[in-house]
Amino acid sequence: MFSIPVFLQSFEPLFWAARHTLLISGLGIALGLVIGTLICAARLSPSGLLRRFAALWVSFLRGVPLLVQLLVFYYSLPMIGIDVPPIVAAVICVGICASAYISEIWRGSINALPKGQTEAAVAIGMRPRDVWTRVILPQAFAMSLPALVNELILLVKASSLVSVVGILEITRASQAHAATTFRPLEVYIAAACIYLAINLCLSALGRYLEHRTAI
Amino acid sequence: MDIGIFAQYGPMLLRGFGITVLCWILGTIFGMTLGLIIALIQRYSPRWVNWIVQIYIEVIRGTPFLVQLFVLYYGGPLIGLRLDALPAGLLGLTIYGSPYFAEIFRSGFRAVPHGQIEAARAIGMAEPAIIRRILLPLGLVSALPALVNFSIILTKETVILSIITVPELMYQVSRMSTETFRFVEANLVLALFFWALVETISRVGRRLEARVTRHLLERS
Repeated sequence: MFSIPVFLQSFEPLFWAARHTLLISGLGIALGLVIGTLICAARLSPSGLLRRFAALWVSFLRGVPLLVQLLVFYYSLPMIGIDVPPIVAAVICVGICASAYISEIWRGSINALPKGQTEAAVAIGMRPRDVWTRVILPQAFAMSLPALVNELILLVKASSLVSVVGILEITRASQAHAATTFRPLEVYIAAACIYLAINLCLSALGRYLEHRTAI
Repeated sequence: MDIGIFAQYGPMLLRGFGITVLCWILGTIFGMTLGLIIALIQRYSPRWVNWIVQIYIEVIRGTPFLVQLFVLYYGGPLIGLRLDALPAGLLGLTIYGSPYFAEIFRSGFRAVPHGQIEAARAIGMAEPAIIRRILLPLGLVSALPALVNFSIILTKETVILSIITVPELMYQVSRMSTETFRFVEANLVLALFFWALVETISRVGRRLEARVTRHLLERS
């Protein structure tokens, strides 16, 4: 039967491992933002080659399951002679996967901006660079904030897959703890509770930002 | 690149792909059904029932699929729920997909003009008949693109079932690559199979969409 003391005791090792979950998803989204911005810029650029590359990048990374990306990335890096610590490989892989989704979020909010904004900026004689940095990007960023928080929630959940390459985050730690205590039910439910707590906080943040940045 | 190993591993991979497709089809059908039931409950039941449903939705959407599978497959036996990997995986897919499908149906129902339902009530249709003849047909049409979209997302979730040893494509591919050390070929197969599956589903989805919105085109 379900044992409350075992359930409560399993929180301690999991909290410790939660740092890695937060680290991987936090750094993953940071890296995803950087690459995603570049990909989005390529997608909107006048060069056909860049546009095609960006479209391929997005469709490939969104079409192949993250677990497959992780395994390919993790096992093929040593094959080409690159030796990085597992956690770095995980962050890079999660970041690359997130970049595809983030570039689409950017593109969506830039496209959603009313045409009149750009036209008005051009009409009062702003230079193209100023139109981007002062009119389009600030508004697009504000508009995309809730979607970005949503992406972060997805990443926190996706980071559980990183356990298959042996990184001690919440899921891996709960597997190890379940194996030593022989109480998988309590341990895995505790792990689910921690994920849920993190994601409820994030979705509250998302609602707050949506409320704050409503245009 | 060595094509020869496919002669040896081909049947195994095909069987794995069959199980992937089976998991996807059954998971989608069951998940959609459960999602539809949840959406109808949300629409027609008292507030306290809605609260419970809302908690279910938040819990399932707030936790990773992998952890849900672990609770079900490894934790289940402790409370007497003993399942093999495949049924556990199917049940997991159903539970995981249901809140997302429920949200899609809910917004589909919201898109049904209220006047349609009021008109049905005014001519004296009973509530079950309104659901069957007004709410479902109209709501499903507007929910279809999102339903297809989420079914495609579910194909990608099926690979996670390999972690609880469901012998689907991913499982067979990892077995092949650990036995032969042929990572490139193995993962190429995986990518090709998934690309084919996703492409087929989205093509069928587009055709279905065109079919069910035909009446809108004819009118204009």
